[in-house]
Parts: sequence; C-alpha cells; structure tokens
Amino acid sequence: MDRSLLTSLNEARAARRPVAVITELETGKKRLLLSTEVTGDSLEPQISARLTSGKSGVEETPQGDHFIQVYIPSVRLVVIGAVHITQALAPIAKACEFDLTIVDPRTAFATPERFEGYSLHADWPEEILNATLLDPFTALVAVTHDPKIDDFPLKAALEAGCFYVGALGSRKTHAKRVARLLDAGVDQNAIDTIHSPIGLDIGAATPAEIAVAIMAEIIEKLRNQSVLGASK
Amino acid sequence: MTETSFEKFDALMVAQNWVNEGRKIAIATVVETWGSAPRPTGSHLVIDSEGNFEGSVSGGCVEGAVVFDAVDAIESGKPTMLEFGVADETAWEVGLSCGGRIKVYVEPVTT
Repeated sequence: MDRSLLTSLNEARAARRPVAVITELETGKKRLLLSTEVTGDSLEPQISARLTSGKSGVEETPQGDHFIQVYIPSVRLVVIGAVHITQALAPIAKACEFDLTIVDPRTAFATPERFEGYSLHADWPEEILNATLLDPFTALVAVTHDPKIDDFPLKAALEAGCFYVGALGSRKTHAKRVARLLDAGVDQNAIDTIHSPIGLDIGAATPAEIAVAIMAEIIEKLRNQSVLGASK
Repeated sequence: MTETSFEKFDALMVAQNWVNEGRKIAIATVVETWGSAPRPTGSHLVIDSEGNFEGSVSGGCVEGAVVFDAVDAIESGKPTMLEFGVADETAWEVGLSCGGRIKVYVEPVTT
C-alpha cells in the first residue's frame, strides 16, 4: 500500500465519505474510489453492490481475485428532546450500534442523571447541529412537542439530506408543523419525507413501545433504501 | 458491520501517524472468514518493523503470528497472504479456538 493512498483513505473516512479500496491480490496493486467515482470502473457492479451492502469481501474475476473493502460512515441518530421516550430509545439505539446524540435546551429534561453514559447536550439545536453532525448517514427524530425546539432541527435535517427525519405529534399537530415549515421556506417535497406520526404502526402505547416503533422505522429506512451506499 | 467510530485506537489512523513518524510499517487485513471468526472481514492490524502493533485481526489468537510475518513483509517490501484455522498443523500455536478460519492479507506501506 502506498502512503498517499493511506492518507487519502483516512481523509475520506474522517469526512464521512463512503469509499472503496480495491486490491488485486495477485499483484498487490491497489486503487481507491470514492462512492462518487465508481462509475466506469471495470468492477463497477461489484463495488457498487458492496458499497450498498456495506460488506467487504473477495471477488473472483477473470482478471484474478480482488479484495474490495468498503468503508462506510457509522450511522448516527440525533434525538431532539430528552423526554421519556428518549430514555427508552437511547439503550435501543445503542444496542443497534447507532452513534447517539441527544439535544434538549430544557435543563430540567437534559440532566446527566436521566441519560448517564450518553452524549447529551443541554443546548438549543441551533447551537449544536451543523454539517459535521447532520449528513446522509444520520437519522434525526424530534420528540419535544415544542415547535420552538423541534422546527429548526427538522429543517436542518431535511437540508442536510438525513436518511430519516421523524417528528412526534398527531396528524393535527403535524399539519400545523407543515404549515410552519412551508412558511419557513422548506420545500413541500422535502416536508413530505418527514415521518409523522412517527414510528411504524404497531399500536405502540407506552414510551418504550413508541421507542421500539421509532427505531424499527429508522432501521427499515436504513436497510431498504441503500442508505449505506448513499453518496454526497 | 459498518465502520465504527473514528477514535484514538483506529488502526488506519495509527498507521498514518506511525508513517509520519518515519516508522516502517505493514497493514494486515482480514480478507475472508469461514465459520465463526472473531473479527469481521475488513478488520485491520498495523505493525511496525519493531513488532509493535495496534488493532486486531482476531481476538488475540493469531496476532503474534501475523506480527511475525508482517515484520518479514516490511523487510522484503512484498505483500503476503496468511491463512489460519483449526485445521492448520500449527493450530496449537496460532489456531482459532472458536473453530473458524480466516485469511489475512499483509502488505507493507511504501513511502
């Protein structure tokens, strides 16, 4: 491996860009391709498939064996609202190996005691959310019920291309939210992608059951829409 | 299965830091696994010419052998493929107790 390839690989990973490294096992020759550079490569179908599945492995080809290693950014979950549902959602998200960040400016909710061991910010989303936190490998759920807190992160998540954006609230609450987001200049098509009512319809009744429904909906989106191979 | 967090003990970041320090290094990568293998395909171990290492390609079962061959690869400048499994004659020394088999590709980093 060439030193410059190692550097480029680490740069791509640090920037959370999906990248593939292809090694010709006969010769040791390597090449690095960002997910945006795969088109036209002699192994394009194989590389694309592996970027989509997130799985590395050896491909046997007439030109010899190639090891295709894909580096996919870890999947993040940003939760707006340090509420009861979030207390149930946090351990589920952790078990599913999501990188979890919780944001709630209300210090009565965002206490270390309630969220011990989790990344918790008792700040306004405006102060925390930025391009390094929101990207296509991030899911955002807003569960405070408070437009002053929820609206900004919903808009920011849609703009950042987060693969899942969900908001708690009844259909009536959501209709008002849609009107506010339209007023704020958010595109109708983008607004239509917000999951609300939030979570798969499993008849969830308790905070823990709602958390399960939310997590299931996020995973469904992640696994069924080639999010892992998404490129930006 | 996804690449997890970007942390201090990330083998590829360690590799880059070591190269920047002028150390001669090799990178070992799990390229295939069969049966129960402790670390998934794509796992990395970085080794320098003194035998220092960071990361893992197994649960500690075969790292010693990989480091040994990596030091050779650094000297020769040539990549090599290693295979480990309980069927190995050397299983007692460097086999995988879990019963799986793994292939590890070891390549020197050239500057």
